[in-house]
Amino acid sequence: MILSVLDISFHYNSHPILERVRFHVRPGEMIAVCGVNGAGKSTLLRCLNGILKPQRGSVLLDGQDLRLLGPKGIARSMASVPQKGADSELTVFEVVLLGRLPHRQWGPTRHDTLAVEKILETMDLADLAHRRFSTLSGGEAQKVLLAKALSQQPKVLLLDEPTNHLDLKNQLDVMRLVQSITRRESLAVVAAIHDLNTALRFSDRLLFLRQGRIDEVVAPGEVTAEVVRRIYGVEVQVCRIGETPVVVPL
Amino acid sequence: MSRGLAETFWRNAKKKQKLLFGLAATTAVVAVAALSFGTYAMSPIHVLKSLLRMAEETRVVVVWNIRLPRIAAGLSVGAGLALAGLFIQTLLRNPLGSPSTLGISQGAAFGASCVIVLFHAGPFGTALAAFCGSLGATVLIVILGRLRGLTPEAVILAGVALSSLFGAGTVLLQVLSDETRLAMAVAWSFGDVGRSNWPQIGWLSLSVTCLAGVGYWWRWHLNALDMGEEPAKNLGISVESLRWQGLILAALVSALATAFHGVIAFVGLIAPHAARRIVGADHRFLVPVSAVLGAALLLLADTFSRLILGTGSFPVGVVTSFLGAPLFLSLLLKRRA
Repeated sequence: MILSVLDISFHYNSHPILERVRFHVRPGEMIAVCGVNGAGKSTLLRCLNGILKPQRGSVLLDGQDLRLLGPKGIARSMASVPQKGADSELTVFEVVLLGRLPHRQWGPTRHDTLAVEKILETMDLADLAHRRFSTLSGGEAQKVLLAKALSQQPKVLLLDEPTNHLDLKNQLDVMRLVQSITRRESLAVVAAIHDLNTALRFSDRLLFLRQGRIDEVVAPGEVTAEVVRRIYGVEVQVCRIGETPVVVPL
Repeated sequence: MSRGLAETFWRNAKKKQKLLFGLAATTAVVAVAALSFGTYAMSPIHVLKSLLRMAEETRVVVVWNIRLPRIAAGLSVGAGLALAGLFIQTLLRNPLGSPSTLGISQGAAFGASCVIVLFHAGPFGTALAAFCGSLGATVLIVILGRLRGLTPEAVILAGVALSSLFGAGTVLLQVLSDETRLAMAVAWSFGDVGRSNWPQIGWLSLSVTCLAGVGYWWRWHLNALDMGEEPAKNLGISVESLRWQGLILAALVSALATAFHGVIAFVGLIAPHAARRIVGADHRFLVPVSAVLGAALLLLADTFSRLILGTGSFPVGVVTSFLGAPLFLSLLLKRRA
């Protein structure tokens, strides 16, 4: 499923947050949205999943306007993973089962619970299944939220700074998981990512937002010190470790 | 290889169902026992005969006209306040949510005090004014929330401000009233399930049943809201609509309960928290268990006030406050530990 974002603009109290943002994401592709704080990254994700309504432009899923799908229709095709989950007392199994909600009218069926079981086992979360969500570490909680998003059987996955509160090991674990799921399930993924090196390592393209506008959309190998200086206002050196570009602040 | 996670999920659900039936059966037994206790003691056999109108006239009158309405009122008020508290806590995502926190109970007390002091109203007028006071508080909260787009936390703060305002208004009216009216207004404000009649119990039970039905219908949506407002929206749930419909229903039940029986504090706050400790946060069980615990809590508090304190007319609202505050503190401390 192709996600097409066509010239969306979002204003808050006449203050422009996003201006004519336009890009496409293909199945199996992960696009990282980067930029300084307040550049409009989270607002863009909220416009994509229908929580905020852009004043201009439209978001299309395989050519169909999001506004025609309705909240439940959107939830059947698109899942979001927040920065951090609430301190819920639900168990991990119950949390992941919530992802089946857009696909059913009444309570969960055996089929739903078996689907959740399969996801938990695939993601190596089976040992946590009956733990309360509030007792999980940051990395575990993030993986569970990812599992919940997958149980929605989405075609598009939106991630809002998924590694923000995680240590280095958990950052790598979560991003590797996202990358393998993106390929395996042919998902179109849009991830707002703060850490430029994480974005360079795991995404297929980087979309740089500056004051609500797209400044640049480039492949990781095309990111230059000039681009980083323009977006973030800092001097950096872009070097390579193997195939992966790395940004080092000077 | 499958580890039977799905099977464990269904097995746990069965266990919680059994626990729910056990709690409901225990409450029913306590209710029958409560029918036998009192100044005019009766054996359970006599109680059953009286219920079937096969006992002597005096016993039938005591059971049907005095004890049964009181116990039925206690059960329905307790269940109603507990469900209202659970709705408010979940929908506003605030563990301090309850009919008292939103100013609904204080609105009722103000309405009742107004008509008692200013118009010398009787029981019907007092109940009507209390109902209007509760609804007035609810309408104010809803209008503030909808028009100004208040966050759930701000709604609770607005409720605290309204409680304070209604409280001050009630005190002012009491200061202005004569001794007889002051005594009546104060007596009304202490919640008491002994003042019920069957039509009132009927209306309240009907509204409580509706609230329980809606809570069970929405159980998975309420679970989703437990994960946060935005995650719930991402699952296709219209959170705003769910929130305001639920709050209005909860407020209506609280308004009826308070109008008929006065202010009964803490049940709406404690019962959902106690239920969470027993069955977790899953609203499939949290809704019915909160209702049963609320009913049991008020039944026990009322029986305690009737028997231990001996007068038969000690207001149950005072007992729930005395028992509720330490119980709530112990729940909080255990949770932190």
